[in-house]
Amino acid sequence: MDKETKKVLFEPLVDNNPITLQVLGVCSALAVTSQMSTSLIMALALTSVTACSSAAISAVRQHTPSSIRIIVQMIIIASLVIVVDQLLKAFAFDVSKKLSVFVGLIITNCIVMGRAEAYAMKNPPLQSFIDGIGNGMGYSLILIMVAAVRETLGSGKLLGIEILPLVKDGGWYIPNGLMLLPPSAFFVIGLIIWGFRTWKPKQVEHNEFKILSIAHGEGGHH
Amino acid sequence: MANVENTPSKSNEQLNQYVEQFKLYRDKVLALSNDSLEKTIAVALALCLVCAVLVSLATVALRPLQSHNKALDMKKNILDVAGLLNENTDIDSAFKENIESKIVDLKTGDYVDGINVDEYDQRKAAKDPLQNEAIPVDKDIASIRTKAKYTKIYFVKKAGQLQSIILPINGYGLWSTMYGFLALEADAQTVQSINLYDQAETPGLGGEVVNPNWRALWKNKKVYSDKGDVALTLVKGGVDESRADAVYKVDGLAGATLTSRGVSNLIQYWMGPEGFATFLTKIRTQG
Repeated sequence: MDKETKKVLFEPLVDNNPITLQVLGVCSALAVTSQMSTSLIMALALTSVTACSSAAISAVRQHTPSSIRIIVQMIIIASLVIVVDQLLKAFAFDVSKKLSVFVGLIITNCIVMGRAEAYAMKNPPLQSFIDGIGNGMGYSLILIMVAAVRETLGSGKLLGIEILPLVKDGGWYIPNGLMLLPPSAFFVIGLIIWGFRTWKPKQVEHNEFKILSIAHGEGGHH
Repeated sequence: MANVENTPSKSNEQLNQYVEQFKLYRDKVLALSNDSLEKTIAVALALCLVCAVLVSLATVALRPLQSHNKALDMKKNILDVAGLLNENTDIDSAFKENIESKIVDLKTGDYVDGINVDEYDQRKAAKDPLQNEAIPVDKDIASIRTKAKYTKIYFVKKAGQLQSIILPINGYGLWSTMYGFLALEADAQTVQSINLYDQAETPGLGGEVVNPNWRALWKNKKVYSDKGDVALTLVKGGVDESRADAVYKVDGLAGATLTSRGVSNLIQYWMGPEGFATFLTKIRTQG
């Protein structure tokens, strides 16, 4: 693998993560992360859709009229999402029941459209495909981290295996109900972003404006 | 085209001609400026065509697998509520051996003939204007708006003896319409099990309706009071076993007041006169 490919593939994991740095695709990260199993399937579905749609969009990029380019991207993405949804219903029925509407909502996931606009429209298909995989992995990484926290603290289990024995099953752990509700993902993602930015201070955004210090009071009519 | 003795080579030639022509058009279109009206329309058309074919292919090719999955899943849910589901159960054969399906008219409580039992999909029928009926708002305790005119129920029989009656139920919880089955013993009064197989309640709170421990609480509860009213409900804060009416009460779900209320409501509705009351009375009196 040459240097450029490596960069495209691994940069979205931490240095340019779609969720923590670009803050894209947060909606589904909130919805599906209460369980690890659904998060994993969602991550897989989104990665494959992002990669394939980026490749397809990139393949037709030189003949895409700019006036309808968003529509072209949407049609390609939507078709792929339907195909993925159908595949899940045929081969992973139980999981598809759990994910219900969220697979369909990949269509509106900002990461897919974001990569199409930002990368696939300007780069050749193979590289766009790798970029899609990379960003999908970045998304997956955060999803898995959030799901690990939420499922462990919320139901004492991980992938259905008991980690913290619950009080109601004779253990000691009282599950934190908040962790099972979507808002808790905000807190977890927020903490992850904080962690990432402390580790890599370059990611900290500069203030767009400065708060003036007013040393002598507002009115100044002393 | 009138010439019947079209030799293969000749039609091949014709085909080649078409291909050539197509290539010509294609190059012409591709050479157009991207922002011209013609190209915009051509690209949109071609893209839609390709995507439509792709999507249709996927749905058509996968449909048999999907409907098989769906049917199998439904049978699994029924076997589960009947207590016949083990890890190694072969679902199709177990279903065939133990379960008998019937169609019932809820108003009269009679069986309906002339409908293919195996193909009747009740959940679909409940949404189909030709096969459903609206529930008056004041009677719609379970908040489901419509129900199928005919209801598909299941009997579990062993050596000709009725073991359990399995009734489909549904009702609105907090976020979702919950679909499930309630299994009663042959006395049409004692609960064997409940299985709310399709719901989207909050995982860990209302979603605990699928928890085996909670479902086990339903066993041996009674549906109807001595007066014949539906008495079975969920209660907050745990059932006091010493009280006489404990047999009509099931623990509500902790932290899920609205889901619990939804479950109470759907029991109230489906076991009541709008639901299976007439049919169950017939079973009790006529056997």
